[in-house]
Amino acid sequence: MDELLNEFLTETNESLATLDTELVRFERDSSDTRILGNIFRLMHTIKGTCGFLGLPRLESVAHAGENVLGKFRDGDLPVTPDAVTLILRCIDHIRLLLVELGAAGREPEGDDGPLIGELNAMASGEPVAVPPADAAAAHAIAAPIFEEDGFPVAAELLAEVAEALGPQVAAQPVSPQRSQPQPAAELPRQVAEAARDNNAKEPDQAASSIRVNVDVIENLMTLISEIVLTRNQLMQIQRNLKSDAFKVPLQRLSHITSELQDGVTRMRMQPIGNAWAKLPRIVRDLCVESGKKIDLVQRGADTELDRQVLEMIKDPLTHMVRNSADHGVEDPVTRRDAGKPETGTILLEACHEGGHIFIRIADDGRGLDADRIRQKALANGLATEAEIAAMSEKQVLQFIFQPGFSTAEKVTSVSGRGVGMDVVRTNIERIGGAIEMDSRPGEGTTFLIKIPLTLAIVSALILEAGGERFALPQINVVELVRAGSRSGARIETIRDAAVLRLRERLLPLVSLRTVLELGPDEVDRDRFVLVMEVGAFKFGIIVDRVFDAEEIVVKPVAPILRGNPFYAGNTILGDGSVIMILDPGGLSALAGQAHSNNDGLQVAGSVAGRDESEASLLLFRAGGPELKAVMLDAILRIEEIDAGAIEQVGGRHVVQYRQKLMPLMMVNGDQRLVETGRQPLLVFCDNGQPLGLVVDEVVDIVQNHISLELAPRQDGLLGSAIVAGKATDLVDIRHYIEYGRDNWIRDEERPRLAAGGRHG
Amino acid sequence: MVGVSNGQQRGIAGAGPEGADIQHVFATFHVAGQLFGVPVTRVQDILTPNVIARVPLGPAEVRGLINQRGRIVTVIDMHVRLALACAESGRGVCVTVDSDGELYTLLVDSVGDVVDLPGSAREAPPPTLDPSWADLSDGVFRMGDELLVALDVTRLLDIRRKN
Repeated sequence: MDELLNEFLTETNESLATLDTELVRFERDSSDTRILGNIFRLMHTIKGTCGFLGLPRLESVAHAGENVLGKFRDGDLPVTPDAVTLILRCIDHIRLLLVELGAAGREPEGDDGPLIGELNAMASGEPVAVPPADAAAAHAIAAPIFEEDGFPVAAELLAEVAEALGPQVAAQPVSPQRSQPQPAAELPRQVAEAARDNNAKEPDQAASSIRVNVDVIENLMTLISEIVLTRNQLMQIQRNLKSDAFKVPLQRLSHITSELQDGVTRMRMQPIGNAWAKLPRIVRDLCVESGKKIDLVQRGADTELDRQVLEMIKDPLTHMVRNSADHGVEDPVTRRDAGKPETGTILLEACHEGGHIFIRIADDGRGLDADRIRQKALANGLATEAEIAAMSEKQVLQFIFQPGFSTAEKVTSVSGRGVGMDVVRTNIERIGGAIEMDSRPGEGTTFLIKIPLTLAIVSALILEAGGERFALPQINVVELVRAGSRSGARIETIRDAAVLRLRERLLPLVSLRTVLELGPDEVDRDRFVLVMEVGAFKFGIIVDRVFDAEEIVVKPVAPILRGNPFYAGNTILGDGSVIMILDPGGLSALAGQAHSNNDGLQVAGSVAGRDESEASLLLFRAGGPELKAVMLDAILRIEEIDAGAIEQVGGRHVVQYRQKLMPLMMVNGDQRLVETGRQPLLVFCDNGQPLGLVVDEVVDIVQNHISLELAPRQDGLLGSAIVAGKATDLVDIRHYIEYGRDNWIRDEERPRLAAGGRHG
Repeated sequence: MVGVSNGQQRGIAGAGPEGADIQHVFATFHVAGQLFGVPVTRVQDILTPNVIARVPLGPAEVRGLINQRGRIVTVIDMHVRLALACAESGRGVCVTVDSDGELYTLLVDSVGDVVDLPGSAREAPPPTLDPSWADLSDGVFRMGDELLVALDVTRLLDIRRKN
């Protein structure tokens, strides 16, 4: 295609994106003449260029639009939502023409008469019935803007890179002119900063940026990566050398390489605001369509992101904001009834933090409906009723990330089209990011996205398993635990599943040796567990050794090796060796799978209601020869009292215990109190009231994973399990507490009874 | 470059009298005593591998990865690929070929000369040839006292199709 035309298309598409944003801003604050001036100028430029290039259709549409804008500017025409909608339609129409122009290389045939007529009628002040702008069409058409081959790179960055390269280019003479670019580079920087402060694309910014083909930058990035690797290799050689001859120049090379790398990395950076550009328009259209009032608040739009990352999160972000606007924020009446301001707020916030970018999307809407999610999950067969019943609220909410899940009852033009949060999560996880969600009924929903700053260079741990080295991206590594054969944490196995007890939590483990079939685990030597966090799921990876962390350049694996979920790519290390990069996502799926396979047998909530599958158990015998066990956590203390101290009050056995009367209960009907000597008791407590469970003998305290094998045979038992190699009945303390509660001394009775007991 | 080689492949596939005067230039190598050739235009590099990094769970044909001047190259074990007797512990030589911008290197026992063969020396693969070889072969060339099996690089690297 004609280069001139190509450039026009790119530029105009960008202008149109700006127009969208500006118009929505303008609609909100129609007194701001500066914005209007900007809008007018953009439209005028489009019109002018079209005339110059001989594009009569585009020119006439832009001209009609400009007319209306001119009336706005002169104050001849009030800025009404209808008028803005018409202008937006005009912009959409221009886009349509541009798309066809781009495809065919010339203007398509067609008649713009009706639209121009409406615009002219609007300009002349006649009332016009305006259908709402076709939001879906706008999105579809808006998309190509971001798929352009080129994007603007700030001139200052280019200058910087050129400067870093400068000394390397030996042929370049050192002339007095060399000092000149400095002040020149300073000016665009100020302009760029000013533009950022305004949170808008000022036309001046064009002067400080030039258009560079993406391929050029990608290629540059690859070359830089190679230089970095070569530099690392040289450094390693130097370290092994006796002579220091290369030391100084090598240091200089190293320094420049780092700067170069930094410069090019920043060249790939674009403000996240670029990905947000069309959101105000989407939200506005949605408001017009649904009659909602929504304020889209943007913060940190100038936070810079790697271009590749930006591309990947653009659609998820759009989807989430749409969701918030469509399902999250209620209509004004509902909001007023709920005592909330009529205008809902969607907050879009981005910031840098420690090598990561955090993006928050928060609305103050109705929040997620856990009940509906439960029903939906059940209806879609995502889980069984029993599974759902056992889930915490938070776990239930996680269903929205499952494939094929959408709670939208009503399909609107903007959401509920089957592409759900699962796609969002997949996209985010694909770039090594994570997404979290928090929702409160009536207060709103917040999503937090965490993504790595750049995709190309990541910090990774180098580790070894089965004699092979691997790299693991550090973003997902929470901590490193040494699991010794004698000391340190202990890796235990439940059936064949390895677990690690980590601060009262049970961490499912996968062994890299097993996963990658690198031979059997060496149980009797020191190993390491890398505690990983992928999404909300925590698990551990068992490895043989962990070396150091290294900055690596992630390269995709050859097509021949693709399809293996455990690899994210490969790279060349500083010493020149090739190494595979592990994919935390793939490993987590494996650990999750192994984990959920065990779930059916585990009593997650058990007696103490804790979310653990392993617990300390007290083993005892009572009312029979078989072993019984109770959660140690549930027991206050183990007492032995003198048989003579047991008294009877109203047919119940009681004992005076710490200035209180403690009712005693038998585990079952077969049980008898000892006649003489010491009577062992398990004391537990319910709301400050001690309660004694009579036992015959306390056997042991063991740490055990609880896996119920058999259903309970009688009341007061949770079931039977294998504990320390023996069949054991698990006692349900709650049953005794409830039983005791029915027979308990009521508060107001306590003084009298206590006094009676003391005298008796 | 790829375009040229494709043209050549077509010429060979044509196999009729019109293909007789096409000159074929092969880089030759030995695997388990058999002489093979690949179009020299596809060959990027010939080197002795230093360290081959294994790829656990990778296809059996993939011996591993090497660093070839800063690029990661996948090593295809020709013994496995051609279902020949296992390679001796000797190191072998790598013949790096290009496939759609990706580099693969064929691990062979030894590398021979670059030979220039007339199309008239080409014979269709004998029907008794193992079907897996026949699929990979572009023909057999008479070459002095040896027979050269011409390999189709694209099909050779299409490991998935085989599986």
